[in-house]
Amino acid sequence: MGDSKILTGRAHVFGDDVNTDYIISGRYKFKTLDMNELACHCMEDIDPDFASKVEPGDFIVAGANFGCGSSREQAPLVIKHAGVSAVLASSFARIFFRNAINKGLPVVECDTSQIEPGDDLEVDLSEGKVRNLTRGVEMDIAPLPSVMMDILADGGLTDYLRKHGGFKL
Amino acid sequence: MAQTITEKILAWHAGRDKVRPGELINARIDLALANDITAPLSLEAFREMGAERVFDPAKVVLVPDHFTPARDIAAAENCVLLRNFAREQGLENYFDVGRVGIEHVMIPEEGLALPGEVIVGADSHTCTYGALGAFSTGVGSTDLAMAMALGEVWLRVPESIRLEYAGELRSWVGGKDIILYTIGKLGVDGARYRAMEFHGPAIDALSMDGRFTMANMAIEAGAKNGIFHVDVKTKEWLEGRSPRDYRIFSSDSDASYAEKIEFEVSDLEPQVAFPHLPSNVRPVSEAGDIALDQAVIGSCTNGRLEDMEIAARILKGRQVDPRVRTIVIPGSQPILKEMVKRGWMEIFLEAGVAVSTPTCGPCLGGHMGVLAKGERAVSTTNRNFVGRMGHVGSEVYLAGPAVAAASAISGRLTHPREVMD
Repeated sequence: MGDSKILTGRAHVFGDDVNTDYIISGRYKFKTLDMNELACHCMEDIDPDFASKVEPGDFIVAGANFGCGSSREQAPLVIKHAGVSAVLASSFARIFFRNAINKGLPVVECDTSQIEPGDDLEVDLSEGKVRNLTRGVEMDIAPLPSVMMDILADGGLTDYLRKHGGFKL
Repeated sequence: MAQTITEKILAWHAGRDKVRPGELINARIDLALANDITAPLSLEAFREMGAERVFDPAKVVLVPDHFTPARDIAAAENCVLLRNFAREQGLENYFDVGRVGIEHVMIPEEGLALPGEVIVGADSHTCTYGALGAFSTGVGSTDLAMAMALGEVWLRVPESIRLEYAGELRSWVGGKDIILYTIGKLGVDGARYRAMEFHGPAIDALSMDGRFTMANMAIEAGAKNGIFHVDVKTKEWLEGRSPRDYRIFSSDSDASYAEKIEFEVSDLEPQVAFPHLPSNVRPVSEAGDIALDQAVIGSCTNGRLEDMEIAARILKGRQVDPRVRTIVIPGSQPILKEMVKRGWMEIFLEAGVAVSTPTCGPCLGGHMGVLAKGERAVSTTNRNFVGRMGHVGSEVYLAGPAVAAASAISGRLTHPREVMD
């Protein structure tokens, strides 16, 4: 793991089964590959104000099966370009999970049931901790396999492969 | 150590005797595919990785099927990227408008997916080829770029769920109804990260087209892959499709499963998934009075010959309700040709149906049948998320071809026997 930065920001809380069409609707997704433009519509159909209220560093916090649906990488890219520093969910849909790692968006599987909208959070990926500063609660998170940490540290799979020239587990 | 079919296929492709669920492996792949939506990002990542040549021009397939024939300038430009890359790399299997089909219908038809293979595709419904006893799963564009460059992919070996279906299906009940019913029971994350392994007398009796439909929707239960064992039907279906040899794997009788679930399907009715999740399933007799504006019969889920045949049987000599715009989209050119040859095209046209060239089109709200605010469609596709087929205030009801065709005639969600008796 290259750097061990701590992520801090406020929580934007969503429910279970947030699908990839909610993250970025097909109405926009297929019109452009400009992620900054798409980021203005992130989560629009489930929270129309999301793009205007999210601040750099904030977290998306969700229940089970976050990111279910399509395999398109626009989903994690749009979240990243909206300024979100990590997604915390009680579980993730598997294609979204690998796409997020491959695109350099940290994803954290943990118990999110006690996190309320607006809570100030601190996420330390290298130490494996999530701290809810508003509520004074600290949670351990299972570490990611080292190859995923390395990919995240390099900013995604493309940069990882360019740097290492190949792939080793 | 006893292993499941999924574990055996992955072990072979990782150059190992055995693999355990949960471990990460590097697997050699037999096919990498992408479409006109996902390939542009893959090609960009492919260049950025510093790759120059694909690992094997026979094992990389690009299928422009989503917004084709090009619906707008952006779609046309994306197709140019695919076409140029296919030429530059000498890809042996590139199909353009006039030859192209919906990827997950066409690829098995063309003999590009075979039992025992490992296939990755930048499309979540790549799990379809599990119907042939292959390990097949959807990945993102960057993973696909790596697969195209290196011919391998990292995978977490999934736990398996063994699903056993006893009994004999009633008439008008098919693969779509079994898989919708299963997703209804498991939930949209009930098989998350897992392999869904399908067994039982009802599965043995199911056609290959029905099995493709079931494997196709494994992702809607969150699964990594859906898989069937090779039997006499699989072998017959594969005959003459590919000169390549294939290897047949099967689960050991004492293989271990994360879960074993048994279903009795003798009394199963045609199923409908209500908005806005594929798990929101009920029998069509309990659908209530749902008036429709559109019916779509097609897609990678139900655009196969058997689906067209079922729709033609129901629509023969009947008319669709003038308020229900009915769109039939065969999944490939050979299926379309067969529809003409068998007289089904005439049945559809006489019934007041619009028949299209193969395309994913309306399934993802792309083109060829986008919904307006407040409109409702019955559709043989695979997702009914909010705004999936158009306006955020529209609704999609997922069903098999029999319910979709019968409902197009009556104008509301209908059990096929009501129009047939």
